[in-house]
Amino acid sequence: MATNPMAQFEVYRIGPEIKLGSIDISFTNSSLFMIISSLAILLIFNLGSKKNSLLPTKIQLLAELSYSFVSKMISDTAGSKAKPYFSFIFSLFMFVLFCNMFGMMPYSFTVTSHIIVTFFLAFFVFVGVTVIGFMKHGLGYLKLFVPSGVPALLLPLIIIIEVISYLSRPISLSVRLFANMLAGHTMMKVFGGFVISLGIVGGWLPLSFSVALTGLEFLVAFLQAYVFAILTCIYLNDALNLHH
Amino acid sequence: MGKLLFLSILLSSAVNAAEKVGMPQLDTEFWISQIFWLAITFSILFILLSKIILPKISANLETRKSLILENISTAEKKREESESKIKEYNEIVEKSKNDAKSMISQAKERLTKDIILKKGALEKDLSNEIQKAEIEIQEFRDKAPERINKIAVETSADLLHQLISADVNSSSVSAIVNDLSSKIMSRYYGN
Repeated sequence: MATNPMAQFEVYRIGPEIKLGSIDISFTNSSLFMIISSLAILLIFNLGSKKNSLLPTKIQLLAELSYSFVSKMISDTAGSKAKPYFSFIFSLFMFVLFCNMFGMMPYSFTVTSHIIVTFFLAFFVFVGVTVIGFMKHGLGYLKLFVPSGVPALLLPLIIIIEVISYLSRPISLSVRLFANMLAGHTMMKVFGGFVISLGIVGGWLPLSFSVALTGLEFLVAFLQAYVFAILTCIYLNDALNLHH
Repeated sequence: MGKLLFLSILLSSAVNAAEKVGMPQLDTEFWISQIFWLAITFSILFILLSKIILPKISANLETRKSLILENISTAEKKREESESKIKEYNEIVEKSKNDAKSMISQAKERLTKDIILKKGALEKDLSNEIQKAEIEIQEFRDKAPERINKIAVETSADLLHQLISADVNSSSVSAIVNDLSSKIMSRYYGN
């Protein structure tokens, strides 16, 4: 389509322009891949939960292993109190994972390579966690910013740092995912371009690099989804069990 | 036909988009649209997963777990049962062995006692008999010289009477016989 490595991140309208008042909510390639990812998740997990055989089929095993994987992740990081939020974290993890993985297909679009998408998810998590924290502990949730065992002299400084770190959570969470996706895909595109421009003579080196990078990118795609989910769990843990 | 239309729309849109580059992430044109569609797809995904699919998976896991636990517990029960049966069996075997042993030893004891008793009685009888016989023999022995003397005197008197048809004074005969017999007897009875 285009040789520019950034062109793969282009969002474009599919079909007619849809306007809600003066706001453009047109269906785009981004929306398409969100829907594809969600449908894939629903399909796989629906198939995996349809029939309950004592000896699970492959797809059932996949669904059940994912379930126990996320369940264990939540109980390890946020304890048993986080159980009501299991469905949300599971959906979040699977959505990010599938968007990342679909982004690995050639000519596809990576939904999570857009800061607005990741920031919206992260901001939602941030707001949700803050609301849960205040609901559970009332104003006592503010104790999160006052670590115990800190000399009184340092306390104002520490509180400022803690508040900044708390407020930067949605940014760090979203930028981490977005930047990883962006950098990885750009690199792959750049090396792919090198293969073409160096041709049959010198193209082998970037090609082999590209192959290795593909493997790495699959790892990153999984890892970033995992990191996103586990950080959500950790923030949730702060809100549920005030440790400081 | 619809597919073709869809593909052509997709392709033309992609070509249009490729013309403007830079950092597409910072282009605010579709931000609202992305948020809108993200909110819709993610909420639908969340609702379907949390209301329909995840409870099913959880139930499946739960039933499997409980089934397996049940099977394990029944197996454990069976094992315990069989172990107790083996124990019982061993006890029975041990007991019967002990019974047999004690029976044997009792019988042995009884027999030896019996034998000793009978032996003792027999020995007593025997010694009584022997004593009696010895006493008899002693009596015979004690009386024997006297009788022999008597017989010898009578026989000598008879002989003399038939030989010389005369009555001989029995006392003189007996004196002679006594004299002779004491000489001979001392040869048999050394006392």
